[in-house]
Amino acid sequence: MEIPYTVTPRSDTGIFNAKLGIWLFLATEVMLFGALFSSYVLLRVGAPTWPHGYEYLNIPLATLNTVVLITSSVTMVMAWASLMMKSLRRFRVYMGLTILLALVFLVVKGFEYGAKFEHHLYPSESTFLAIYFTLTGLHGLHVVGGVIVNLYLWGPGKAMWERQPERFTNRVEVAGLYWHFVDLVWIFLFPVLYLL
Amino acid sequence: MEQANTEAIKKHVRAYVVVFVSLMALTIITVAISTLHLEMYWAIAVALIIAGIKASLVAAYFMHLISEKKVIYAALTLTVVLFIALMTLPVSHFVDRGI
Repeated sequence: MEIPYTVTPRSDTGIFNAKLGIWLFLATEVMLFGALFSSYVLLRVGAPTWPHGYEYLNIPLATLNTVVLITSSVTMVMAWASLMMKSLRRFRVYMGLTILLALVFLVVKGFEYGAKFEHHLYPSESTFLAIYFTLTGLHGLHVVGGVIVNLYLWGPGKAMWERQPERFTNRVEVAGLYWHFVDLVWIFLFPVLYLL
Repeated sequence: MEQANTEAIKKHVRAYVVVFVSLMALTIITVAISTLHLEMYWAIAVALIIAGIKASLVAAYFMHLISEKKVIYAALTLTVVLFIALMTLPVSHFVDRGI
C-alpha cells in the first residue's frame, strides 16, 4: 500500500504527514524532559543543601560539548539545504559531519562519566548526581538514536534520492527537526546542571 | 521557479550562519557570566534568559518555526500550556511548607 502524503501536503493540515507526526512526537518529548526538569526543581528547592555544578562537573568539557552539538545542528540544517539545492554530494558531506560531531559529543560525555566513576561518584552518591545522570543519560540516548537514523539516511537510506528526491528531502527535514530538538534540550541542560 | 527556490534556500543558509555565530557568542557569554558567581536568583535569571534566547533561535530558524503552518502552532501552543503546568508543580513545595 502506498503511504499517503509523503510529499504533497494534506489539504486540511497544509503539511506532509511526517512533519505533523514528528512535531506531535516532539511535543511528547517536551513533556518527558519537562517532567524531569520539574522534578529537578522540586528536588533542588526541597534539598537542605545543593552543590554548585562546578564543584562536581567539568565545565570546559561541557562547554566544548555545547559547541559541538550546536555545530552539528548547523551541519544538519545544511545537509537539508544541500538536498533542496539538488546536491546529494554536499548532503553526504554535511550529514557525515553531523554524525561525526554527534560521536564526538558521545565520546566527550563518556570521558565525563568515566571521570565520575573513577572517583566513585555514582547516581547513588547524591540527589544531585542522580538527577545529573538521569537527565544527561536520557539526553545521551537521544543522541544515540539520532546517530542511528542519520547513519541510515547517510548510507543505505540515500538510495531513495534517485527515485523520490522530494520524499528523501522530507525525511532528512524530519530527522533534522528531531536533531535540533536534541540540541535544544542540551541548551537548557548545560546551564541548569553545570552553571547554576 | 527552480531558480527562485535556490535563491530562497541561499537566503536561508545566510540566516543559518548568523544564527550559528549568535549561538556561539551566547554560549561564551553564559559561561563567562557563570564565573562571576552572581547571587543565585540573578544567576538563574540570566542563565535561563540566555538559554531561552538560544532555544528560540534554534526553534525559529533551524526548525523553521518562524514560518510554519497553523496546525503546528496549534499543537505547540497546547504543549507550551501543559509544559508551564508541569513547571508550576514544584510550587507545591512552598504550599506544603506554608510559605
